[in-house]
Amino acid sequence: MSKLRGETAVVGIGLAGLGQASGWSAIEIMAESAKAALADAGLGLKDVDGLFVSSSTHAMPTITAAEYLGIRPRHFSGTMAGGASFEVHVLTAATALRAGLCDVALIAYGSNQRSAAGRLVSSAEPQVNEAVYDPRQPITAYALATARHMHEFGTTRTHLAEVAVAARAWAGLNPRAFKRDPLTLDDVLAAPMVSDPLSRLDCCLVTDGGGAVVMMRADAARDRPKAPVYLLGAGCAHWHRQIAMMQDLTVTAATQSGAAAYAMAGLGPHQMDMVQLYDAFTINTLLFLEDLGFCRKGEGGSFVSGGAIAPGGRLAVNTNGGGLSCVHPGMYGIFPIIEAVEQLRGEAGARQQVRADTAMVHGNGGTLSCQASCIFGTEATLTA
Amino acid sequence: MTLSRTEGPGPEARYRAFLAEGRFMIQRSASTGTCVFYPRTLLPGSGEGDLEWIEASGRGTVYATTIVRRPATEGGDHNIALVDLAEGPRTMTRVVGCAPEEVVIGMAVRARIDVRDGAPILYFEPVRDGGEA
Repeated sequence: MSKLRGETAVVGIGLAGLGQASGWSAIEIMAESAKAALADAGLGLKDVDGLFVSSSTHAMPTITAAEYLGIRPRHFSGTMAGGASFEVHVLTAATALRAGLCDVALIAYGSNQRSAAGRLVSSAEPQVNEAVYDPRQPITAYALATARHMHEFGTTRTHLAEVAVAARAWAGLNPRAFKRDPLTLDDVLAAPMVSDPLSRLDCCLVTDGGGAVVMMRADAARDRPKAPVYLLGAGCAHWHRQIAMMQDLTVTAATQSGAAAYAMAGLGPHQMDMVQLYDAFTINTLLFLEDLGFCRKGEGGSFVSGGAIAPGGRLAVNTNGGGLSCVHPGMYGIFPIIEAVEQLRGEAGARQQVRADTAMVHGNGGTLSCQASCIFGTEATLTA
Repeated sequence: MTLSRTEGPGPEARYRAFLAEGRFMIQRSASTGTCVFYPRTLLPGSGEGDLEWIEASGRGTVYATTIVRRPATEGGDHNIALVDLAEGPRTMTRVVGCAPEEVVIGMAVRARIDVRDGAPILYFEPVRDGGEA
């Protein structure tokens, strides 16, 4: 068993500026999230000595964030792996905490993508071998993967629509979600195409928003006001940058990151009470449920059919409404972590799961490029 | 220490110069025979530096395809495809010479060099039945 299992825990979570935050800058939303997470942890800025930030708008994110917050961290990381950065930060923060490089790790994100740009923009540099053909990235890359999944496994647009409809049903239970009006399979099937076979309703939202997470070593975490949510396992992997360099468009590096996380936790997919995954597009949910072992490769479509991942279904997936219906400010990766912590604390309100001791949290970055998986558990899972 | 010499243009610049001459060139490792595209300074994964330029056959197969939907005022709908070259590597491209809807996975295509915005660009087009490939 890994030395990291149960050694660190999330002690604070915070959100800010969800949806539309007109007149707010990205760093302001980040700072409000950090303030909220520290308050939740019963801590102050003066306690933070480890800073983990990724940003679409700041090339030196930890330096910018530390100056804004007025702190002098003794350890920091601003790794940029797209939306998966925050699950990577959890793993990096856990190692840094355990090594004594810091005692209080703050992971934070903020974006004003909706009010500033109004459309899905990527801060990433155009890829020289792609840009000349005018793909609509990142959507086109995911559309290509979807086309391939359909070709190999008979996945249908209705299967994809099930993902969008389930996300919307969860969002209906979450007062913080951006899109809460009912959505049907027919609505999704009738939506205009953006990059075939992905329609507008197969694509994530474009919102503002920020989130932050505070982590500490387990012994110190037990002195905080809220019940600690322990990190049981984590793993990360990336296999390509450009979609043309992805060896098999139906198999992601989540197979590697997930296996590493399960091995560290000593748990398997059948022991997960819920899954919070990065659903930038409907195909993501199918790919990651397959690659993280919740169903066999190619069977994602049938697995999600009949409302199976909607409220009351066989597996709770993206209980906040996900990037499809809750919030998606450029990079979504901090939000699945926060949703899992709320669930494992029993603070999730109308969407609260009865069985909520373990959660698989999965981040995705780039064009299916970077995958990072974290398994969280309650106190009860430490002795299990 | 070893100093790597960077005399003359790098692989990316050389590829573009070939394309401007109307030649679709890819790289092949002399020792392993493995072909490489996009152009690099080494064989990815194992690092062999013995890459030599060879003329690509131009033959390929559509691995995945999509239609990027755009208003007519912005140029209209167009195809984006991933094509597996006969030599092994995969590239993003557009399949032209047919409607975007007609491009399907498994379709045989061949390379065609066009000029777009004053620069050479690598497209592919369908290989029609009975046509040369």
